[in-house]
Amino acid sequence: MSPAEEQALRASARNGWLLSLPALVVLALAASGPLLIVVYYSFLTANDTGGVIRQFSIEGWRSIFLSYDIFEDRYTLADAHLKIFWRSVWLSLTTTALTFVIGFPTAWFIATRPPSQRALWLFLITIPFWTNLLIRTFAINEVIRNEGILNTTLLWLGVISEPLRIVYTETAVLIGMTYVYLPLMVLPLYATIERFDMRLLEAAYDLYASRWTTLRRVILPIVKPGIIAGSILVFVPSLGAYVTPRILGGGKKMMIGNFIELQFLQGRNWPLGAALSVLLLIIVMAALLVYVRVANRDRSAGHG
Amino acid sequence: MRKLLLTWVFLASPAFAEGQLKVYHWFEYIPDDLVQKFEAETGIKVTIDTYDSNEAMLAALKAGKLGQYDVAVPADFMVGIMAAEGMLDSFTPEEMPNLGNIEPQWLDVPFDPGRKHSIPYQWGSTSFSVNRDVYQGDISSLATIFDPPPELSGKINVLDSQNELLILGSLYLGIPQCTQDREALKALNDMLLAAKPHWASFGSDIAKDVLVSGDAAAGMIYNGFSAKARAEGANVEYVYPKEGHVVWMDNVVLLKDAPNRENALKFMNFLLEPENAAAVTNYAAYTSGVIGVDPFLDEAIKTSPENNPPEGITPGVFAQACDEETQRLYDAIWTNLKK
Repeated sequence: MSPAEEQALRASARNGWLLSLPALVVLALAASGPLLIVVYYSFLTANDTGGVIRQFSIEGWRSIFLSYDIFEDRYTLADAHLKIFWRSVWLSLTTTALTFVIGFPTAWFIATRPPSQRALWLFLITIPFWTNLLIRTFAINEVIRNEGILNTTLLWLGVISEPLRIVYTETAVLIGMTYVYLPLMVLPLYATIERFDMRLLEAAYDLYASRWTTLRRVILPIVKPGIIAGSILVFVPSLGAYVTPRILGGGKKMMIGNFIELQFLQGRNWPLGAALSVLLLIIVMAALLVYVRVANRDRSAGHG
Repeated sequence: MRKLLLTWVFLASPAFAEGQLKVYHWFEYIPDDLVQKFEAETGIKVTIDTYDSNEAMLAALKAGKLGQYDVAVPADFMVGIMAAEGMLDSFTPEEMPNLGNIEPQWLDVPFDPGRKHSIPYQWGSTSFSVNRDVYQGDISSLATIFDPPPELSGKINVLDSQNELLILGSLYLGIPQCTQDREALKALNDMLLAAKPHWASFGSDIAKDVLVSGDAAAGMIYNGFSAKARAEGANVEYVYPKEGHVVWMDNVVLLKDAPNRENALKFMNFLLEPENAAAVTNYAAYTSGVIGVDPFLDEAIKTSPENNPPEGITPGVFAQACDEETQRLYDAIWTNLKK
């Protein structure tokens, strides 16, 4: 490489950096800045009326796992916190599974319609996005509450003799989250199923594969990237869900999001709230890393 | 014609004339007509944001909203906390001509001696209500919500308010407020954990609606909110329990660094006019701390059972502000209850 070429290359690299500088600055300030503040606050001392005292402390992090038992005067495992974390993870995983069970047939149905009709079906899937999440959640509440549409209908039909108590339970939270996040599962699934070569099905049947075997050995491996993408898209926001558990859980079945809010408001323990936020972020990043790993392995396997 | 229309629009939108007022207020607590009346009289444009607990308001102000609002409406104990935190501005009697309209017993209050930062908004009580269509039995005790009869179990909403719930629980067990006695606190903790399965939900802003819709058959509630539930058609009875109840007074405070201090003072003075104080009472169904409101009050509000407790009831108690060490014990009980 001649010196002139080298210089041109270096200039273009420098120009590239300079051109992306505004974006980098915005990213640093708008994304990393607030995050760093959250991390910083998680290592400060709580002020008793809210806010923080600028004094280093690991109490915020310690109290995630260990809490001071006021009755026994010693630190014990913070079962209240772990219970909330476990509930959040469990509810999010169940939501992901439910959206898959409902979303897969839906996506398959849409992808197998004639191309001219698909746009209409997709359009119908996206309609809920036109309305605010809060309003959709209240709508679900209206359906499942004791005197709601579901119960009055079932009572009228004589299927049940007294109202099903669904609202303010974990079931209610699950119903709400499944409804809210379903489109996020259907859309990536549809994108992969649409590219699926239907001739492979005929080939599978020709080779005497049963319908179940075809689904398991042919369809699912090919649409796996869509399944993983959909699962991540549903799992991540479910884990941080705030509005749905708050309204449908009745303030009794908290998830991490609600617990973090509690620390910043009534609990007046900002360092703990900040530490919990960072922990939530770590869990989400771990989930994403697993996704990238699995996706990369698939790609190299596919080409190999 | 078009020009005329424009002029009219500008005249009708006072924001351009006399500036603004930013109010941080409880949900469903001030009638729209009254806000419009103030806007029409002064030409000041009023913006209202709402909160649903004293603690949420304190936290939001601390998180950077101080300096954005002119006035807020904290309860008695919270006025004390905010004053101690240096979050309140003070005014002189000359700046508040209607200060003399405050009823004498509310003028020199422990949380704001001599009324330098605050004026009374409304006062009332917190206990519970029961839907009499669902349950006709004895409801004179706080046991109705803490150890409910089978008819009410699972159909109870409690306020999502640490202070008031823990005080009512303490009254039920006969424990003093702000105690450090571990035996007593353990009893309170165990009683609440045993009561929780009987409760359907924790919610303050929904407290009235769940009673009206029938989703809850009983609920911890403020007296005026219960009166509104009754006015909206629910057959609910508000109880002054034999163990006692919580009394509170909400106050309009002048916030530190208020961007429109002058307008805030005008607004506070406006609220001390008997006619305007009465308008709030007619809407919120509590009691104002202002002299001379009687002629302006609706008959139904004046004679409501929620505002006129029977003779010989156990007197109510104000919430005390505990010291930090004690407060932490109560916080632990609350987190344990909410997990």
